[in-house]
Amino acid sequence: MTTVEDAHALVEAPSRRARLLERPRATTGPWSWVTTVDHKKIAIMYGSLATVFLLVGGIEALFIRLQLARPDGTVLTAARYNEFFTMHGTTMVFLMGMPIAAAFGNYLIPLMIGARDVAFPRLNMLGFWIFGLGGLFIYSSFALGGAPDGGWFGYAPLTSTPVSAGYLPGRGTDFWSVGLIMLGIGSVATAVNFLVTVINMRAPGMTMMRLPVFVWMMLVVAFLTLFAMPPVTAAMIMIFMDRNFHTNFFNAAAGGDPLVYQNLFWIFGHPEVYILILPGMGIVSEILPVFSRKPLFGYAIVVMSGIAIGFLGWGVWAHHMFVTGIGPVAVSAFGLSTMLIAVPTGVKIFNWLGTVWGGAVRLATPMLFALGFIAQFTIGGLSGVMHAIVPSDTQQTDTYFVVAHFHYVLFGGLMFAVFGGFYYWWPKFFGYSLSERLGKVNFWLMVIGFNLTFFPMHFLGFEGQPRRTYTYPKGMGWEGLNLLSTIGAFLIAASVLVYLVNIFYSAKRQGREPVTSDPWDARTLEWMTSSPPPEYNFPEVPIVTHRDELWHRKYTEDDEGRLVKLPAGGAVEVAEHGAVEPGSIHMPSPSYWPLIFALALPTLGYGFVFKNWWIVALGAVIGFFGVSGWAIEPSTEPDVHPHMEGAH
Amino acid sequence: MLDRTHRFRRAAIVAAVAIATVALSGCGDTGPKNKQNALRPKGPYANKILDLTQPFFWVAVIIGVGVVGGTIYIALRFRVKPGEDRAPKQVHGNTVLEVSWTIVPAVILAIMAVPTIATIFDLAKKPAGPNVVHITVTARQWWWEYHYDDGSNIETANEMHIPAGVPVSLTLQGPPKCSGDGCYANGVIHSFWVPELNGKKDVVPGRTHFLKLQADEPGTYDGQCAEYCGLAHADMRLRVIAETPADFKAWEQRQTTARAEDVLKNGVNDKQWNCSSCHSFAPTKPGAVGPNLAHVGDRQGFAGFKYEMTYDNLWQWVWNAPSRKPMGKLEQHMPSFVDKGMSQEEAKKIACFLLTETATTPKTYPECQSS
Repeated sequence: MTTVEDAHALVEAPSRRARLLERPRATTGPWSWVTTVDHKKIAIMYGSLATVFLLVGGIEALFIRLQLARPDGTVLTAARYNEFFTMHGTTMVFLMGMPIAAAFGNYLIPLMIGARDVAFPRLNMLGFWIFGLGGLFIYSSFALGGAPDGGWFGYAPLTSTPVSAGYLPGRGTDFWSVGLIMLGIGSVATAVNFLVTVINMRAPGMTMMRLPVFVWMMLVVAFLTLFAMPPVTAAMIMIFMDRNFHTNFFNAAAGGDPLVYQNLFWIFGHPEVYILILPGMGIVSEILPVFSRKPLFGYAIVVMSGIAIGFLGWGVWAHHMFVTGIGPVAVSAFGLSTMLIAVPTGVKIFNWLGTVWGGAVRLATPMLFALGFIAQFTIGGLSGVMHAIVPSDTQQTDTYFVVAHFHYVLFGGLMFAVFGGFYYWWPKFFGYSLSERLGKVNFWLMVIGFNLTFFPMHFLGFEGQPRRTYTYPKGMGWEGLNLLSTIGAFLIAASVLVYLVNIFYSAKRQGREPVTSDPWDARTLEWMTSSPPPEYNFPEVPIVTHRDELWHRKYTEDDEGRLVKLPAGGAVEVAEHGAVEPGSIHMPSPSYWPLIFALALPTLGYGFVFKNWWIVALGAVIGFFGVSGWAIEPSTEPDVHPHMEGAH
Repeated sequence: MLDRTHRFRRAAIVAAVAIATVALSGCGDTGPKNKQNALRPKGPYANKILDLTQPFFWVAVIIGVGVVGGTIYIALRFRVKPGEDRAPKQVHGNTVLEVSWTIVPAVILAIMAVPTIATIFDLAKKPAGPNVVHITVTARQWWWEYHYDDGSNIETANEMHIPAGVPVSLTLQGPPKCSGDGCYANGVIHSFWVPELNGKKDVVPGRTHFLKLQADEPGTYDGQCAEYCGLAHADMRLRVIAETPADFKAWEQRQTTARAEDVLKNGVNDKQWNCSSCHSFAPTKPGAVGPNLAHVGDRQGFAGFKYEMTYDNLWQWVWNAPSRKPMGKLEQHMPSFVDKGMSQEEAKKIACFLLTETATTPKTYPECQSS
């Protein structure tokens, strides 16, 4: 038993304590990134790697579109096509969508709630490294015997049948199931961290109903992630066991039931849709008020409808299973619940429009993307409601109509919000603004390309083209729309290219217009500190008295509710005068241990995939070493002051 | 003022372009003649679905155009000019508005729910009566096997004959190959879909599912597997041929009688190539692995309807099937007979035999005349 006195002794005499590894000390250079526990650096790593995966998944999509541009396409073989559509979905959901939300969440949650870091900095680091190594692990399958090719949803028994039956050639599904288990561990770690951070680390006065909507949405996402990952992890373990150890979870011949898999997968999979879209809704809810110079219309109902979506999201999973023979009573119930979830979604859309209405609207790039989100997400929402009409869904499901639907939600919605978020927070993240002119080119190319790619797919679906087909014969009448769609896909690629060019072009120009702490005349706490913020975020933790705290330090309302500017001072001064000695702020120290523990997971993964028990044992040893070292390492080294040493 | 009209003109142009894009991509392609089009229903069930879909589709279009147009309109109307410093009224919300845009959609959805649920139960009702034709559909890797349940016991593949104007009741199932531990031959999930005759229904190993079809008029209706089922999912197609009840009866009659199995086996040189280990030559017996061949010459297509039934297609298939359709590492599939020493001439001879001698109403194949 450790007594309070023992704990004191540990803190006071750290140098004499036995340790397995010297604490990392680098404050610049690559090692400072590898060992960092700073939420902002971790966020930038999340965002960068997610962008790499965005490009990889995008290239896979371009190959898919090239193959389908003409009937009887020969760009890809059937096997390669199946790998590409599987990896496109897997990548965009697990390696791009969730990590990009983690990037924004990591960077912004502490800043928005007035905290100096997340609650568990090393757990945060672990989450990132599991994501990075897990993504590499899955992609290494391309070189190690075939990539996953059972679809991102991986229905049993196609995926659960042992490889010897030849339903799916190669080991891809083993990599996929083990990889998703790994990524799930990372996601849960991040979710726990966000939950505790939001609940426990808010600045004085930052009550729950003063939280920025983005933080609220990330809180809902964290809850959803926490409860959604376990069922899919169980499903993945069962798939792996069926494939490799001849268990019969999904083997009908031995009394197993393939539909059990679908229930497990979609009870994860539908909340997952909200895990992906709610951060986008949060981002848009931050951008619209700033660029309309008005508060969010109906803050409470926007927050509550987000929470309602979080709850209702658990009761709609079987709408992915309307044609699987679950019977008329079940499909009616899930049809109704699916209709119901449209209500809080519609509420949000109307409240966003109410926010812009009557505002002083600046059509800067972030605002354009946010408005694009509203319009396109609405289309995706409406086609979603059409799925709730179950008999209609029996024609639409598994066709290109569905492909159109969820791309309107996740690309027209989430990705537009993400790009809006990039342009909005870029000055805060990196201390320079992205070019507005290139930003607008980026936006318009993306709007045109996106709609050209995905709008025709609604009709292709009605006209009978099923999804996940590597080819279609001549004479089906699908040629024209497919070609249009392929052209659109390359416009999207061009728009992403413009974005990448913008990053480098604007970086070169940086310094010409120095970025202030608050370049957009924004509302929330992250704009009260310098751009980019110091490691400790705020020299003095702000005391919050209002929702949109920064706004209320700049403006007030007259008797008629009109905006009145307050005399200068207050907030900006606090951020920039730097009265507090940085060295006196106690920040968590960098560490190797989370990375070492994260390395154990792909090691275990390779061991299981290749059934090499020596590698499994090695992974277990690394994991034990990582956890042990982590456990005996204090979160902050009293004898190391990286801020002092790092100060030039 | 001029500025304002200019703004509206621009909004109008944007809206017009948006609507034109929608209209072009939609209406420019009103009718692919692919016979696999959910927008062109050819029977009561598919009609019922489209009748239910259409009004809601248009409601969705109206709401969609309203919100998209509204977004563009609001953005342009309240836009600030460069340099303009406007201080808008700070509206924090409006309870009446917010409650009403919660309730109105809820009411619309409640109205939607009523015919939706009625139709669900309607389509789930099994047709009854002496006219109803019962067919068991077995989904194989990657083709369709049909067994006619009403006494005729006909076995056929990919191509389903039905009488027009009569309900057809399908029993969908996976291949009942084996059972117990270590048996994984029960296949994977497929989905049977003929869009012009009804929506789709999954075929799930270990379960039997019900789906009904009905065609109003004689004709051909295409479909294909709609649930991803592995490598050749795209090549798992099918055709429904609806005939007048009299023609259907006649077809059934022809199918139940066939040449003696021995004659058929000799014709394909079964002694050497062992076709019968996978295929069946008796009209009412399913093959162990592949389609029944008793009347293959009568069919319009083969290999999961990837290929039309022509001389060239068939001999190349017989000769080297894996080069004609992705088979991957499937445990049991049509092998490459060229690897087993079959000559092109032999393959052509077998194709000619199948085309002309197994058909009850053979077409003439010039390539097969000389033999």
